[in-house]
Amino acid sequence: MQTIEAGKIEELREFIATILKSDYGDSNLISVLHKTQELFGYLPREVMDEIAQRMSLPTAHIWGVATFYHYFNLTAPGKYVISICLGTACYVKGAAEILTVIEQELGIKVGETTEDKLFSLQPARCLGACGLAPVVMINDKIYGDLTTVKIKKLIMDFRKSEQHK
Amino acid sequence: MAYDTIITFCDGTRCMHTQGRALQAVLEQELERCQIKDRVKITLSGCLGMCDKGPIMVVNPGYTIYGNLQESDIPEIVAEHIVKGNPVSRLVIQEDHLYNRFFRIFGDAKFFGKQMRIALRNCGIIDPENIDDYLALNGYEALAKVLTEMSPTEVIAEVKKSGLRGRGGAGFPTGLKWQFTAEQEGPDKFVICNADEGDPGAFMDRSAIEGDPHTVLEGMAIAGYAIGAKKGVIYIRAEYPLAIDRLYKAINQARKYNLLGDNILEAGFDFDIEIRLGAGAFVCGEETALIHSIQGARGMPRPRPPYPSVSGLFGKPTLINNVETWANIPVIMLDGAEWFSTIGTEKSKGTKVFALAGKVVNTGLVEVPMGTTLRQIVYDIGGGIPGNKKLKAIQTGGPSGGCLPEDYLDTPVDYESLAAAGSIMGSGGMIVIDEASCMVDIAKFFLEFTQNESCGKCTPCREGTKRMYEILERITAGEGRDGDIEKLERLGNMIKKSSLCGLGQSAPNPVLSTIKNFREEYEEHIREKKCRAGVCKELIGYSVNDNCIGCGACKKACPVGAITGKTKSKHEIDAEKCIKCGMCIATCKFDAIIKA
Repeated sequence: MQTIEAGKIEELREFIATILKSDYGDSNLISVLHKTQELFGYLPREVMDEIAQRMSLPTAHIWGVATFYHYFNLTAPGKYVISICLGTACYVKGAAEILTVIEQELGIKVGETTEDKLFSLQPARCLGACGLAPVVMINDKIYGDLTTVKIKKLIMDFRKSEQHK
Repeated sequence: MAYDTIITFCDGTRCMHTQGRALQAVLEQELERCQIKDRVKITLSGCLGMCDKGPIMVVNPGYTIYGNLQESDIPEIVAEHIVKGNPVSRLVIQEDHLYNRFFRIFGDAKFFGKQMRIALRNCGIIDPENIDDYLALNGYEALAKVLTEMSPTEVIAEVKKSGLRGRGGAGFPTGLKWQFTAEQEGPDKFVICNADEGDPGAFMDRSAIEGDPHTVLEGMAIAGYAIGAKKGVIYIRAEYPLAIDRLYKAINQARKYNLLGDNILEAGFDFDIEIRLGAGAFVCGEETALIHSIQGARGMPRPRPPYPSVSGLFGKPTLINNVETWANIPVIMLDGAEWFSTIGTEKSKGTKVFALAGKVVNTGLVEVPMGTTLRQIVYDIGGGIPGNKKLKAIQTGGPSGGCLPEDYLDTPVDYESLAAAGSIMGSGGMIVIDEASCMVDIAKFFLEFTQNESCGKCTPCREGTKRMYEILERITAGEGRDGDIEKLERLGNMIKKSSLCGLGQSAPNPVLSTIKNFREEYEEHIREKKCRAGVCKELIGYSVNDNCIGCGACKKACPVGAITGKTKSKHEIDAEKCIKCGMCIATCKFDAIIKA
């Protein structure tokens, strides 16, 4: 486990303190978890303990909420997070084949991160870009109208740009 | 010399009889006198059809229609409108309904011709990040009207009269929901906007909020006034960053203009809106699960009653409506329930927004009057199936809905007709499926989704959907057994009857509807181990035909080295090694590789 940066923890503490002052403030657990993920990229176990103390909730409850929702990561993601859209429109247009290619290229399954911490592969239920189906989102950018050939090239390009750095 | 104004006279018999030509002469004189003759072009048009209001004169840009004109009106129009740019409102023929503006701007393109935009009336027209744009198009006028002219009871009566039903899918009468919440005692009540759009393949709410966030805020404020709530919450998916950003901007702008906050428009009404983010759980679209999620817990549903209208958010009476429902409210208040209820069918009033996607030429959002047929949506608006392929099915309602085959193309879209056909209206996902898709595989796709999203609280949904999924997996892997179809039907009906919430109660729909409409495909998979669409990998093999020129592209593309052959001679695929990934088909430029 990496050490947790003190500055970020401080920012989170302030966020919690402010939010607890609003009406029904203690109901904001999910907002706090969103803030945590925004700061750290995932929900580190130690930070959950911290939230538990500040919000007077059992860590088990926080863990229960964090694991219920797909949006929260419990492990650190790779540098490039590939979210493959598995919505209906993408599926009808061949998302399953795109997924197979990505899995082969990266040697990981959905939900995993490559050993070099470069790529993570996540499922997305629908990115709402059905007109461009099939699509993937890499970090915040959408890549649409994919084919098995295009996605292979895309991953290759990301790898190349890393080697040049 | 370039013109900046075009004035068109109706040249219909009626208008010209009622001194149209005399008006034209006066106008020409007046323009001459003001020395702006060069700027203005005068044209004649065919009959505009508004004969009872003749003579008619249209000023563009702006499409201002003047009617019942006298010669004495002309100087005023020239001085005020043409010179200063302010239309003379007493002479303007009353603005037609809000939604018509859309067509005036985008014209009668084939894609728009059969649509009617009420909920999406401003999308694509206004700058969604600028409240002034919304205000210019009658924005917040409905709220002002309600606060100054109507009592809460009258507002609810108007919503009831309009016949508006919940656009989230279930179609519960909106007015009744409002009335139930209004009848509850107590100062603390809540209004919630459900923007947790979870159906894969649906993006109506996202686009509606991104295109016109203020209409949702206005609708919620009107409801707050009607039911006596001071606080609104928008629960929106975290996966929609742009929509969230625009909502925040809109709320801040509305507060600045005193359209949200304390003492709105000095009418003694307080209302404010807060945003809460979802975190990727489909079940949170169910209202009791959504409430749990806002309260910071796992989003699990609970049995109803009590309904949220009695005991909802933090135990207080709560009114929950979907984004599209909210977007209809300002229009109903401005144009009236009577007008609204003329649109649509007997039991389903107004319009419905669909997210049209899949194998169709024009993918995108369409808003059509209830009662429009599926054929009109797919062929007239959607432009048909690309590549001249044959339509196989239309899927509506997402994972809770069903697949309707070609025979049902003339089904009108309304709550009852779609339910009778074995699907549901749902929140508005509409996926077009062509012959390249396998219906058993589609059913498996939806089941995989629902069994994954099942919250696990009740047994029928948690265990039942999993077992159904396993059976479908077996069938698509070529290990189907006699009796599997019957087992799926029995299990499906049991889950529908005994699940706790809407997720489980509708989860078997994709399977049951595909069995009903495409039973022969299931039978082929089980008995003949055949997948006619060539989708189920275990049931197909790849081979090379005589189109092959031996270019070697497929050999390079194959990730497992299953393709062999000399350059310039026909290649071969080793079925043992082949993993059926489809790379070779995607690479081949000569259609030389086939699935069979």
